[in-house]
Amino acid sequence: MAHAQHDKYYVPHDSHWPIVGSVGLLVTALGVSNWLNGGSISKFVFFAGLAIMAYMIIGWFRNVIQESEAGYYNEKVGGSFRWGMIWFIFSEVMFFGAFFGALFYARQYSIPWLSGEGNNFFTNILLWTGFEGSWPTAGPAEIGGEFEPMEALGLPMWNTLILLTSGMTLTVAHHALLEGRRTMVNLGLAATVALGFLFVCLQAYEYVHAYTEMNLTMGSGIYGSTFYMLTGFHGVHVTVGAIMLTVILGRTLSGHFTTDNHFGFEAVAWYWHFVDVVWLGLYLFVYWL
Amino acid sequence: MCFTKLKAALRWLTAFALSAASSSALADYTLNMPKGATDISGEVYGLHMLLFWVCVGIGIVVFSAMIVSIILHRRSRNPEPAKWHHNTTVEVIWTTIPFIILIVVAIPAARTLIKMEDFRQSDISIKVTGIQWKWKYDYLLHDENGQERGFGFYSTLDAESNRIRQTRSGLDPWSKENYLLEVDNPLVVPVGKKVRLLLTAADVIHAWWVPEFAVKKDAIPGYINEIWFRVTKPGIYRGQCAELCGRDHAFMPIVVHAVPEEEYEAWVREQQEKAGVLASADGEAAAAEPQEWNMEYAMRQGEKVYTQMCASCHMATGEGLAAAGYPALKGSAIATGDLAAHLDIVLHGKPNTAMMAFGGLMSDEDIAAVVTYERNAWGNDTGDLVEPSDIAAAR
Amino acid sequence: MSTTAEAIHGHDHHHAPLTGWRRWVFTTNHKDIGTMYLLFSLTMFIIGGAFAMIIRLELFQPGMQFVQPDFFNQMTTMHALLMVFGAVMPAWVGFANWMIPLQIGAPDMALPRMNNWSFWILPAAFTVLLSTLFFDSGAPASGWTMYPPLMLQTGDAFPFAIFAVHMMGISSIMGAINVIATVLNMRAPGMSLLKMPMFAWTWLITAYLLIAVMPVLAGAVTMLLTDRFFGTTFFTAAGGGDPVLYQHVFWFFGHPEVYIMILPAFGIVSEVIPTFARKKLFGYHAMVYATAAIAFLSFIVWAHHMFTVGMPFSGEVFFMFTTMLISVPTGVKVFNWIATMWKGSMTFETPMLFALAFVFLFTIGGFSGLMLAIAPADFQYHDTYFVVAHFHYVLVPGAVFALMAATYYWLPKWTGNMYSEKLGRIHFWWSAISVNLLFFPQHFLGLAGMPRRIPDYSTQFADFNMWSSIGGFAFGLAQLFFIYVIWHTYRGGVGKATAQVWEGAHGLEFRVPSPAPHHTWDEPPVIREDDQDVHS
Ligand code: HEA
Ligand code: HEA
Ligand code: HEC
Ligand code: CUA
Ligand SMILES: [Cu+2]
Repeated sequence: MAHAQHDKYYVPHDSHWPIVGSVGLLVTALGVSNWLNGGSISKFVFFAGLAIMAYMIIGWFRNVIQESEAGYYNEKVGGSFRWGMIWFIFSEVMFFGAFFGALFYARQYSIPWLSGEGNNFFTNILLWTGFEGSWPTAGPAEIGGEFEPMEALGLPMWNTLILLTSGMTLTVAHHALLEGRRTMVNLGLAATVALGFLFVCLQAYEYVHAYTEMNLTMGSGIYGSTFYMLTGFHGVHVTVGAIMLTVILGRTLSGHFTTDNHFGFEAVAWYWHFVDVVWLGLYLFVYWL
Repeated sequence: MCFTKLKAALRWLTAFALSAASSSALADYTLNMPKGATDISGEVYGLHMLLFWVCVGIGIVVFSAMIVSIILHRRSRNPEPAKWHHNTTVEVIWTTIPFIILIVVAIPAARTLIKMEDFRQSDISIKVTGIQWKWKYDYLLHDENGQERGFGFYSTLDAESNRIRQTRSGLDPWSKENYLLEVDNPLVVPVGKKVRLLLTAADVIHAWWVPEFAVKKDAIPGYINEIWFRVTKPGIYRGQCAELCGRDHAFMPIVVHAVPEEEYEAWVREQQEKAGVLASADGEAAAAEPQEWNMEYAMRQGEKVYTQMCASCHMATGEGLAAAGYPALKGSAIATGDLAAHLDIVLHGKPNTAMMAFGGLMSDEDIAAVVTYERNAWGNDTGDLVEPSDIAAAR
Repeated sequence: MSTTAEAIHGHDHHHAPLTGWRRWVFTTNHKDIGTMYLLFSLTMFIIGGAFAMIIRLELFQPGMQFVQPDFFNQMTTMHALLMVFGAVMPAWVGFANWMIPLQIGAPDMALPRMNNWSFWILPAAFTVLLSTLFFDSGAPASGWTMYPPLMLQTGDAFPFAIFAVHMMGISSIMGAINVIATVLNMRAPGMSLLKMPMFAWTWLITAYLLIAVMPVLAGAVTMLLTDRFFGTTFFTAAGGGDPVLYQHVFWFFGHPEVYIMILPAFGIVSEVIPTFARKKLFGYHAMVYATAAIAFLSFIVWAHHMFTVGMPFSGEVFFMFTTMLISVPTGVKVFNWIATMWKGSMTFETPMLFALAFVFLFTIGGFSGLMLAIAPADFQYHDTYFVVAHFHYVLVPGAVFALMAATYYWLPKWTGNMYSEKLGRIHFWWSAISVNLLFFPQHFLGLAGMPRRIPDYSTQFADFNMWSSIGGFAFGLAQLFFIYVIWHTYRGGVGKATAQVWEGAHGLEFRVPSPAPHHTWDEPPVIREDDQDVHS
């Protein structure tokens, strides 16, 4: 199917996908805002917005895949995609950085301050008498009630192993792709997807366990807040990554990608490794220390 | 309104003429930071002027070079532009010199900062709580035996300014001296003593600022920040809340009376007596004369508390301000309905709204009074008399 | 429209652009998208400016004559959000879109479809934000900084404001990714990084800042959202959180943000001054390094906005010193501009006038910035009109004047028509005088003790406020006149512009005809070692 590569930079023509995406965002934002304010039918507006977004993403990527397979993307175009993906991942790193920052700040500054350490004893004496902050904590007012903190061993450790293994199987698939061993590519990818979804399932199980048996909720003070925000956003990223990997698997199964032209594969692989690294940070700072 | 504008314009013209002649007719008319009334504020003023002159100096150099160039190096005078576009020596020079200037100003700045951060050996501690939109001052006093002898009060914008400042009141701000800079109960401190303020807030972030003391610090809910000052000259010093805290942020001024020590002592005694915290013969704090709790007394007391604590949002008429999200209490379902719900919202507030938890701010008696008032004023007529003991039980 | 068949078959020859609204809605052309960005920005400038006029009207004299305090706070908040996220930032993206491909010899932006999306998210975002003005409980009113816990008291507008900020962030990040990919990947052969025009350079670094900090802002407002609706306690002491945490996260974004608004301005001024001085930019390499140094420093100074929150002494000293350091690279820029003028052969067309006013007035704004950086003195300045004066000096006669210089500089390239120099000069002098009347007295107000974000003030502040308001109205009218000048030029101006436009102009954008054709640099330009059109 692939044509010869073009030497000119491919500038796509008019496209309706972006405006569909903007309308989708608009509808989603209006819907979810009204919903949060207690509007009754706005839930459906929100889901309608999401549906439009999904339609846009599928259509847009289909477009891109067709163009790619038709051979319009020369190396220069590939270069743009590469830079685009790299900087997109950098923006994601900074997004997680905000929440890690919140975690470090709470542990290094606010909890000691509330406990009256250093020069700050008045805060403790006048406002929060008797509070002795130690991590994990739900704060001086024990917001959300007593809870059991998450253990580092057990399930989270298994999840760490699962994600690390998935990184390895993905690398195996990548090498196989470079060497043209298609079966191995498919196997490696399939294993990665399976491990990814397994991770998500275990994470969901952990949440249910935490809510029902440990009384550890999003409302469990600063510990619950940082725990769920960090692991939650990470979980969303794993889910998205796993879906993208599934698409890539579909593409390799239908014979897309060549040994020297498989940017779609690479981009998703980068994304997956990024998600992996974030997890290591999480495991270290949220579960362990 | 048109007239006030005209008057304002006239006054402005005269003011301008006067200030141009730097007349003393406008004593409080000022272009610059005040030197202030503490040693620290003098130092800060010095830093400010130092920086100002440094900037003026650099400005003169930079702007004269520009102007000279604009005059001399225009095409009519200099038709052939020079060809150079690089010179490492000058580039190194104009990177280094600013750097040195910065070091020179950084040193005194850091020194002043160190002094400001020295909280040791203060003579008096006062807890200051920012509340939408008033200040609460609690004097943390003890007698020789370590018994608490403190007292506290609220400090709110004075009634006259408050009337004038209502939108389209039609009243003339110039008719009130110190418009918006006057309170009902000022903070009183002794001259020459190191006064430490422990700042916090009940709802949102406020900031306590008196320019003449050169202290400004945020009052943050749930945390205590410290500042201190030692006033050198007796006088009345004025400031304002300096952190956006909602609708009436502009209307929570600060007034400090710095008085000689004896006067301060006398004032403290008076306040302690009023609060009933003075030691009686057996060393225990004598309770204030117990008041008989009846409808009439509760309503009278309740109106007072209501005006001070609640009227800024729910309005004196109890009609609230729907547009700003403050519900009417007149005829409200809660204020005329289930007492428990009423007590609950007053004691615990409602999260993420301006309705704060007043439980921690007010005594049982005050809350009982204000709730009684709300349930019977403005035609609410429920006839309920709430007892202080009800409050203690509901807490 | 992009049925796949069309997309696949139509790529080799260029389509004529679609006609009517479909051209603008579906376009992938960097010039069309640039134009839309610029028009959008102008619209937001007018709306945000109208809000500022309401502020100045209420502050015209003491007493509350026109609005309720809540509404005043809404105006302050919306004014700033519109000016920052709606006017200045999109204007710079618009210039980047129009000019960077032209300047570096690229056929378009690197990711043209995404480019269209970045733009069209903006109208959606501001629809969401502006719609809150019509709510019963009003628009957000806690300042553009949206500090909790006050922000959490916002009425129904709350989630709308949060999601609007998210959308603006998505748009900015995608726009910035596009600029980076374009600059790094699409330069014409021979256009090495250190030959690029300064505007492309400053934008490259700006884009990096944007990608680094917009996600952090998204994180900050997401925490607000969950604190309000999902029971988290990031900013509540009772749960172990801290309202100040928000401020740290916000200003980690917020300080780089102000350089995002000013670095492209530095770029423009670095193009305009050499053109009209007929002399090469002095110290090109130093300019590049200074820009990078400013960007680097901008990440480690954020808490100078928070000297009064009760930081430990070490923190205050650290942030004071690092902030002061920014003056050094910024000074290098100012000195280089003056050295570029020195011994030049200057003429003073409108773009040059705005650029020179920029150098003067931005420097004044920078000086007050340096004063603010002195922590003990900032205890006096903080949250007063002195700060308002500072940032308007760097933003209005700073960023906005640079935008105007750029508009006059490239308007002939866009429209093919020459603007009227007479009208341009009237606009300049009118703006330059009134802007000083508007903002200079605010320094005095701040020093005399007038807090910011207040709808009413004590009578001692009356005179300067009246001055400032008069200046404000005059400046506002001048901008209506600006719109007229643009319209006049669009309709023909004073005649056709040449490709070269300015006698002293260099740069690839002046190799293409005026108006620039819909598609340019299909064949990359040839750049030789000694080419006058690029830096060397
Ligand atoms: C374009 C936007 C822009 C720019 C470029 C700057 C530039 C600077 N800003 Fe400004 N600033 C803002 C926008 C900007 N700022 C905004 C919007 C706010 C308020 C936000 C809010 O609260 O809402 C703010 C607030 C603000 C504060 C907080 C004040 C407070 O709230 O209390 C401080 C404190 O340090 C500060 C400092 C500086 C400094 C040191 C610079 C420096 O970069 C300036 C450097 C330039 C020069 C110094 C002039 C040229 C140099 C020379 C000629 C060389 C020689 C000079 C010397 C050695 C002195 N700014
Ligand atoms: C790039 C950013 C930018 C720009 C361009 C401006 C431009 C202006 N700003 Fe803005 N401003 C901010 C960013 C900006 N501002 C920020 C960040 C804040 C802080 C907010 C906060 O505290 O949270 C602020 C706050 C702020 C305040 C303080 C409010 C307060 O503390 O309560 C004031 C008060 O004078 C003010 C005035 C103005 C004026 C008069 C202009 C003028 O330059 C505007 C001129 C433009 C026009 C007027 C539009 C064009 C003309 C018309 C619409 C026709 C109608 C005209 C007439 C009827 C005369 N601004
Ligand atoms: C800073 C503003 C503010 C102050 C001061 C304030 N309130 Fe409120 N109050 C509110 C707001 C806002 C609500 C609405 C909360 C909601 O959304 O349900 C409210 C709601 C109430 C209600 C419930 C009314 C109803 O029908 O829903 C009662 C009762 C009440 N307040 C009593 C008081 C009392 C008593 C005081 C003084 C001790 C007081 N309030 C002071 C802002 C304030
Ligand atoms: Cu309290 Cu502003
Ligand atoms: Cu800053």
